[in-house]
Amino acid sequence: MIAELGLALLWMAAALACLSLVAGSLYLRNGKSDLAALVRPASVAQGVLTAAAFAMLIALFVRSDMSVELVARNSHSLKPMLFKVAGAWGNHEGSMLLWLTILGLSGALVAIFEKRLREDTLVATLAAQAALSLGFFAFLLFSSNPFKRLPIAPPDGQGLNPLLQDPGLAFHPPTLYVGYVGLSVAFSFAVGALITREIGPAFARAMRPWVLGSWIFLTLGITAGSYWAYYELGWGGWWFWDPVENVSLIPWLAGAALLHSVSVTATRNALRAWTVMLAVVAFSMSMVGTFIVRSGLLTSVHSFAVDPERGTFLLALMAIYIGGALTLFALRASSVAEGKKFALLSREGSLVINNLLLTTILALVLLGTLYPIVAEAMGEKISVGPPYYNKVAGPLALILCLVMVAGPLLAWRKDDGRKLWSRLPAAILAGSAVLFGLILFGGKVGVLPLLGMTVAGIVAVASLAPLWGRNLRRTPLPTWGMVIAHFGVAVALAGMAAESAFIKERLVAAAPGETVTVDDFTVKFVGVRPIAGPNYTAVEGTLIATTPSGHSFTLRPEARTFPGLMGGAPTETNEAALLTRPGGQLYAVLGQPVTGADGRAARYQLRLWWKPLVWWIWLGGALIAIGAALSLLGRAQLLTLWRSHRARKAEGRYA
Amino acid sequence: MKAKHQRLILAAVALCGVGGAGVLAASALRDEAAYFRTPAEVQAGKTEVGEAMRLGGMVAAGSIRHQPDGVTIRFVATDGKASIPVEYKGIVPDLFAENSGMVADGRMRADGIFVADRILAKHDERYMPPQMGDMPKAMKAAPKA
Repeated sequence: MIAELGLALLWMAAALACLSLVAGSLYLRNGKSDLAALVRPASVAQGVLTAAAFAMLIALFVRSDMSVELVARNSHSLKPMLFKVAGAWGNHEGSMLLWLTILGLSGALVAIFEKRLREDTLVATLAAQAALSLGFFAFLLFSSNPFKRLPIAPPDGQGLNPLLQDPGLAFHPPTLYVGYVGLSVAFSFAVGALITREIGPAFARAMRPWVLGSWIFLTLGITAGSYWAYYELGWGGWWFWDPVENVSLIPWLAGAALLHSVSVTATRNALRAWTVMLAVVAFSMSMVGTFIVRSGLLTSVHSFAVDPERGTFLLALMAIYIGGALTLFALRASSVAEGKKFALLSREGSLVINNLLLTTILALVLLGTLYPIVAEAMGEKISVGPPYYNKVAGPLALILCLVMVAGPLLAWRKDDGRKLWSRLPAAILAGSAVLFGLILFGGKVGVLPLLGMTVAGIVAVASLAPLWGRNLRRTPLPTWGMVIAHFGVAVALAGMAAESAFIKERLVAAAPGETVTVDDFTVKFVGVRPIAGPNYTAVEGTLIATTPSGHSFTLRPEARTFPGLMGGAPTETNEAALLTRPGGQLYAVLGQPVTGADGRAARYQLRLWWKPLVWWIWLGGALIAIGAALSLLGRAQLLTLWRSHRARKAEGRYA
Repeated sequence: MKAKHQRLILAAVALCGVGGAGVLAASALRDEAAYFRTPAEVQAGKTEVGEAMRLGGMVAAGSIRHQPDGVTIRFVATDGKASIPVEYKGIVPDLFAENSGMVADGRMRADGIFVADRILAKHDERYMPPQMGDMPKAMKAAPKA
């Protein structure tokens, strides 16, 4: 029953999306306001029904209802509960339903809370959001029904890919999805504003919390995904420039550009056409990212097997949305009134450069990701790897960071540069201290990491400069947000540069009792023992790492074997062991046994890395997200509301 | 300065930026993009010694040899037409085995051995480096889950 109910809810939600779209379009065409009154409630109901359908799917996974094909293919009754629930979105159909749920819920939130926009713009926005939902409803209902029953229920399911059985990963895709789909609201706002020609500060202020919110989720998702790849894959890297990583980075870059340009539009009513354009591009990039990976055009660890028919459907859908929005933009761009003027040396000027650099990096990453497809179409098989991305994105990112130093110290409209010059020396001093320190004591360091650490030093000091001479308690939250986010960039940059410059690696075959040294650590390989987990068996190694100061720590890397379910071959994964120290992380992987002359396992392969400051990368990512969240809080004026609420209460008490 | 001039300057700056980025990208792609080669193509002399590339093929039966240091392995990659010896220092991926497909990033050494920096094996039927999709079916002798 649950599956049938879920399907029925989906059809009803799709019908409501249809209603919003038709009623909204008729209203915009004929001005019939009785129809417009339907759009808000229909959007809310659509969101609620879709969420209910998704809850039904989760219920099916929780109950391990193997008569449903999706559950049978992706779950197993013995799996821990967390992975049963996560199994609901760890597959193609379920993740599409999650996508639709977020799309519907964001539409509902706009319908409930948005009060600043003109009525017709809001209706146009909701209609655009409904149009987006409708296409994905069609895709889900006609070609990827998650509630499909099997004619005969199998005794048990096929399980979930062992690599994906990690608590962090259970929440990674939903986090990224909230980010991707949150940008859909910016897209719909842009389309709505283009339709009614209401492009100005009100539109930008309505859009800004959505851009900030999605960008927070994207930042968290990318940071968490990077950490997952780091400890779960056992390769020791934190960013591989894998297509799937790139397609999450591309919307993030677009979102970063958008949240800076939208503040120019909101504050100064400038860069209007550009902001609209970016809003369209940002969600387009989310779609391109999600579906190019899905369509099977690019293959990667994260892609689900999808048949070509579905891929074509998704590509056609994307072409309609992106093409439609860009056409609308082209038709209306000339009628977008010119924004307010500004001098090149001004806050706006620096944000324009920020936007140019971000979009250029975006384009270069996109080019590298798509190039193999194009090359393959022309008969050459090519892979584009980290050297390309480091070469093109690295220098541009460093220049971007330098612009970030100047931007916050410039005034809107026009600046004489006095504040900038007065506060720059401290930052430059910090940068040169880092630079000379590295040259004198750092040994041989590559040019890019050297510049990276120097720029990180400059940015770390300069990012705090907007706070100098200010009453900290009266500094508005968005300013705090900006300062913390920019400081986070410096922290992450320092981590990346230090890790790549000073990483130490040892690869040995060690017999139990042997010691290995890596950097300052003396690591003793004690031995191995077999252990059993809930749904796997493993060989666990014991390592004792001793620091120069005599402290000892135990690391237990594992090599796990998951039995093949339903006659499949077993799968093995390496669980790395990490030791986090103030100065970095010690990373240990247990490899394969090496058989001695008598045919018994005499030695084990061990791979040890000392990664200086590596955890600063994720700390920086978290700081960026926190900064953005503070900014969002300030913008949403929740604090002001809370304060006035408290004031009213206090008044009530004395009255 | 008139607004029109300002827009023109901005457009010019943007154009220069995009042009510069294009040149940067083109040169980086020329230098850094690695070709995917099969052993037959390598033998036909399509690659130069020291050039970064990807070698895809099947691990020949009985060819995996562990070196005395315990961490270096040698094996032969084949596509049925030609064979290339490969040397790799590190922990091989879980599904790396004789008679199954693999892709290696690395470069040819002057002595005709391919030195791999990284080896990818077919993970499961859901993940495969795209280039391996075109290999003859028999070479994808991978376990069906």
